[in-house]
Amino acid sequence: MADATGVLVIGQASGDGLDSTAAELLAAGQAVAGALGEQLSIGILGDSVDSAGQQAIAHGADRVYAVTNPLLREYHADLYLSALDSLCREANPRVVLISRTAEGRELAPRLAFRLGVGLAQDCLEISVDESSRTLLANRPVYGGNAIAVVSCEQTPQIAAIRPKAYEPTEADQSRQGEVVSFPVELDASQARTRVVETVREESEGVKLEDARVVVSGGRGLGGPEPFAGLEDLAKLLGGAVGASRAAVDSGWVPASYQVGLTGKAITPDLYITVAISGASQHMAGCSGAKCIVAINKDADANIFKEARYGVIGDWETIIPALTEAVRELVDS
Amino acid sequence: MALKIAVLAKQVLDPEMPMAAFRIDENARKVVPPANIPPVVNGFDENAVEAALRIKDAQEATVTVISTGSEFALDVMKKPLSMGADELVLLQDDSFDNTIDSFVTAQLLAAAIRKLEGFDLIICGRQASDWDNAQVPLGVAEILGVSCVSLGKSVNVADGKAVVERIVPDGYQVVEAELPALVTVSNELGQPRYPTLRGIMAATRKRPTIWSKSDLDVDDSQSSTRIALRQLFIPVSDQECEIVEGEDAADAGRQLALKLREAKII
Repeated sequence: MADATGVLVIGQASGDGLDSTAAELLAAGQAVAGALGEQLSIGILGDSVDSAGQQAIAHGADRVYAVTNPLLREYHADLYLSALDSLCREANPRVVLISRTAEGRELAPRLAFRLGVGLAQDCLEISVDESSRTLLANRPVYGGNAIAVVSCEQTPQIAAIRPKAYEPTEADQSRQGEVVSFPVELDASQARTRVVETVREESEGVKLEDARVVVSGGRGLGGPEPFAGLEDLAKLLGGAVGASRAAVDSGWVPASYQVGLTGKAITPDLYITVAISGASQHMAGCSGAKCIVAINKDADANIFKEARYGVIGDWETIIPALTEAVRELVDS
Repeated sequence: MALKIAVLAKQVLDPEMPMAAFRIDENARKVVPPANIPPVVNGFDENAVEAALRIKDAQEATVTVISTGSEFALDVMKKPLSMGADELVLLQDDSFDNTIDSFVTAQLLAAAIRKLEGFDLIICGRQASDWDNAQVPLGVAEILGVSCVSLGKSVNVADGKAVVERIVPDGYQVVEAELPALVTVSNELGQPRYPTLRGIMAATRKRPTIWSKSDLDVDDSQSSTRIALRQLFIPVSDQECEIVEGEDAADAGRQLALKLREAKII
């Protein structure tokens, strides 16, 4: 597509507003559109878009495509893909940005294949090579042991951005933008899979992704019981409990607790890791934490290379003492 | 009729290798494979083999493992056979780079699947531990136009449908997909089985089918790259860790709390 222009980010209407990652994408997209000297658009999918459009404009969109159909009310990969395919062919963008959320993990690769182009997956940072007007994407590979800088060879250039890699910009309610109505034709028979049951398995209290404090346990805890102790500490700090993949694979906690490359990406102010060795695959899920604390008896564990504070020793002694001291501090 | 299952599997550098052994040739933009550490079958792909074999345990089925690459360690790639898979098809050609560009890899795998006259069910690992692209399986589904479910923790087949427990951020969904279907699986599926002695013996006798580029019906537009690698480097962490000490471990725990309060973190 020769005359492709502009940056298109993909959002979803959720509840009465814009989904939580769209503003991050708009922040990333604004920098790219600025460097290209081109427009920033957003495609918002839903049964209706309403106030989400104005929110997107406040966060930097020049143009909103209200991509609507009653069947887009709930996320379904097949239907969302069909809508995105139509949108990309109509809007003809130079760059498409999708958040690598649970939905984006499905949508971004399938959209790229449907359009016959490449996808820069799981990007931490994107920039523009201005001479070639090419998107450059930094992305971790080999479980985070290396960083690759990749570019897409065809248009549109699609990048999936890791959630929380970008901070949303402040909303400016006075910004002006255009809202383009883009109803799509969909047929329920395009949905080739069907959800027959949804089972929730989340821990009670603060959501792991939103928690300002997270206390995570790893293989070194040796069983499910010690997680109760981590729970107490997390509660005192108003936080949530997470786990390494090793703890999940051992069946000590449900998969929804997993922090890491194939689990959740978290960006708490304080991340306390207990008996976690700190393999790069785990660190990929918490590298955005402001302060990492490592408690591990192995002084050579990789986690101490990534942590701000460390205590070398046995968690069985350290955690109760830490919890008690935190209780006193919180109470005072 | 026996259910025809394909598993797409990849040979990768051992992700458990010590970090010190991980080296990059920045000029060539390539990882230098360590001499003494053999490659492995990608962990999630072993989960995929396990998912296929569990179906085969319950009903009449054949399991064909398909892989692409430029160089294979045959004893490594035979592991799925020793676990109980029936056949191994290797797409091997010097030009098959299976790291950077998922587009081409998916085209090759799709071409092989067509040449094998299609499958009822294709099971794949959710992503490979080298490039973590998580794209090839979904791409194969798109190319073949089959239904697609990602991140399964269990896969069953009944009444012409795949029934998948699919992981979502706050739990899981039970999803039905019409066959033919492609399903990706995650580690939550559970431990892959160990090869049995009988399995190892049987695998030794089996010879893989090996196809090169000329055996596959892939045109130039399908095999031209979509992604360029500009740079590859090992990031350096400048984090300095302050080790908090105390009279004993319990005191160190208390000192940590005070330190965090002092830094206004709690």
